[in-house]
Amino acid sequence: MNFQPLDFKANARKAMADPNLREALSRVQTNFSGRRAEAVARLPEFDQLRHDARAIKDHVLAHLDVYLERFEQKVVEAGGHVHWCRTPREARETILSLCRKVEAKTCTKGKSMIAEEIALNPFLAANGVQPIETDLGEYIIQLADEPPSHIIGPAVHKTKAQISDLFHEHHAKLGRTQRITDEQGLVNEAREILRQKYFDADVGITGANLLVAETGSSVIVTNEGNGDLTQTLPKMHIVIASLEKVVPTLEDACTILRVLARSATGQEFSVYTTFSTGPRRPDDVDGPGEYHVVLLDNGRSAMVGTVLGELLRCIRCGACMNHCPVYQSVGGHAYGWVYPGPIGAALDPHFIGIEAGQHLPQASTFCGRCEEVCPMQIPLPAIMRHWREQSFSARVTPPLQRYAIRLWAMAARRPALYRLGARLAMGALALAGRGRGRFARLPLAGGWTAGRDLPAPAGRTFQDQWRGARE
Amino acid sequence: MSAARTAILNDIARGLGRAPLDPAAQAAVTRRIDSRTRNTVPLRGQLPAAEQRDLFVSQAQAMGATVNRIGSTETIPDAIADYLAGHNLPTELILSPDPDLTGLPWQRRPLLSIKHGAPWPTDMVGVALAVAGVAETGTLVLHSGAHASTSLNFTPDTHIVVVHGSQVVGAYEDAFDMLRAKVGPSWPRTVNLITGPSRTADIEQTLIMGAHGPRRLHVILVENQTA
Ligand code: SF4
Repeated sequence: MNFQPLDFKANARKAMADPNLREALSRVQTNFSGRRAEAVARLPEFDQLRHDARAIKDHVLAHLDVYLERFEQKVVEAGGHVHWCRTPREARETILSLCRKVEAKTCTKGKSMIAEEIALNPFLAANGVQPIETDLGEYIIQLADEPPSHIIGPAVHKTKAQISDLFHEHHAKLGRTQRITDEQGLVNEAREILRQKYFDADVGITGANLLVAETGSSVIVTNEGNGDLTQTLPKMHIVIASLEKVVPTLEDACTILRVLARSATGQEFSVYTTFSTGPRRPDDVDGPGEYHVVLLDNGRSAMVGTVLGELLRCIRCGACMNHCPVYQSVGGHAYGWVYPGPIGAALDPHFIGIEAGQHLPQASTFCGRCEEVCPMQIPLPAIMRHWREQSFSARVTPPLQRYAIRLWAMAARRPALYRLGARLAMGALALAGRGRGRFARLPLAGGWTAGRDLPAPAGRTFQDQWRGARE
Repeated sequence: MSAARTAILNDIARGLGRAPLDPAAQAAVTRRIDSRTRNTVPLRGQLPAAEQRDLFVSQAQAMGATVNRIGSTETIPDAIADYLAGHNLPTELILSPDPDLTGLPWQRRPLLSIKHGAPWPTDMVGVALAVAGVAETGTLVLHSGAHASTSLNFTPDTHIVVVHGSQVVGAYEDAFDMLRAKVGPSWPRTVNLITGPSRTADIEQTLIMGAHGPRRLHVILVENQTA
């Protein structure tokens, strides 16, 4: 995967100038966000379910060591194996040695963000095992040699014309020389090409949306059915999962699945939800002969019990990015690392370090929409603020910004001065943004508005409104 | 015990400020798993049996499946033959190898050609038996075993699933309870929850049916066995 350099500002500027991307991002808003709102409205218990889902994960995280051990025990009882991996490198090497054990030449792959996190594909390819992405979006970006730009719609940034070009370029050598331009035709072509590959692959690799301690099952959720073909037809099924995916029981899985589908795509339920437990039994009609779970830590165990621990509740639904004004403006690639959007801005600095990721927590308007829609009630803005403080005290924040923050801090300690300044600023902004509700540019804050529109304030400061409401 | 395993468990316990795998935590987890406590279950599916079946049908249809409600198992071959003829589909069927399917009176419709077992890539119509239908979202529950092929749920273009009215329940939790009672401690390799036919929205977010799995999902709901 060729992730872009971690220069959020430059990436964002480039993204803003890309008309294809702007069109694609407007579709994210209407489709994902619009459908989520409809699905939530259809289920009166949605908020209660969110509350329950959060409680499940908080309970699991407080007993995570025990749950992982229980999960392992059940996997082993069912005839499977669990491989504990501290680092991406350990995970990659474990997967490669499993592939070598069955002399795999090709492996099919379902969608997995953990596979992106450990940069699995280039490693397997360099070592003689050809990875074949089967989720249509992942297949498209594999042809384009690009990283995903969205955690549930990896190719949302691609237009139909670009996909048509990619297929034409790559499928010609398979004897498909006719250019296809309609959606159904493109889907059919990918379906036909991948069909035989499922049957030919020696290993199928999937991610996991959940792990269930009660039964030792891994759970995947797809709409295409690609994950099921991937994990049913080859000799070996390898699951790559990060360790926070475990839940206690099937009942808990039900609760999380209910909020996941609605938050992600606004569906009542995903088309295929599949629980896999161990390899095929001796008298089973079909299924893989071996089942392995590669359990990745990659620094997550160190997040337990810290402010960042709340991020371990994340179920990777994508709602936060679908509702984020910054993501809407710059798309996923600008973030420069595996996880884009608010969850990426909060999580990526943990993986790549605050120095390399210093721009990410700045990629926020602090409008709070992400936290509002997050089904797991993760305080994303607070965590971004935490990183800003870290970067400030680690002195990686640029000097001008440090100066401005100190100025603000000085004023904030003098209430009268603060109120006066804030009121003047709010009045001016409201006037300037009247009628449109947002600014594309702000004087003196070009660096800030170049990547995002500023929602225009209502014209009164928070303090004024609060006082007004109390009176 | 691998070094990685020990290190990970220790790191977690350090964050939690206690010893790894401490007895109090073990006890809490055992209690939590054994209690199988239900969280909030949507009221939507909690209905009398007849209304539950109606909801199952309307939800399955809303998710893009077609549904035929019939009165007896004997007429399943007729329902399938008529469906295939009506949609101009091939008449070669591959049945999941369940005696309840293979033992049906297929001779009633001699034009159908019948095989059973795991499908080949060339098999275009698959017939399977669900163990439950969930009214809440029109979801079918199937599982692997000596009498059921999992790949048959995914490789054929047309997936026909038979479900009995008595097996329609309100919520996923009810279906899992049924399954626990049926399989006992030996949980199956695969449990599939299937809600409508395969689809993708990966090209400009346009919904296209038949991505990798079945293009069509046809449900035959047999309503003679209701309690
Ligand atoms: S942070 Fe919340 S909204 Fe964002 S992907 Fe994770 S669970 Fe979904």
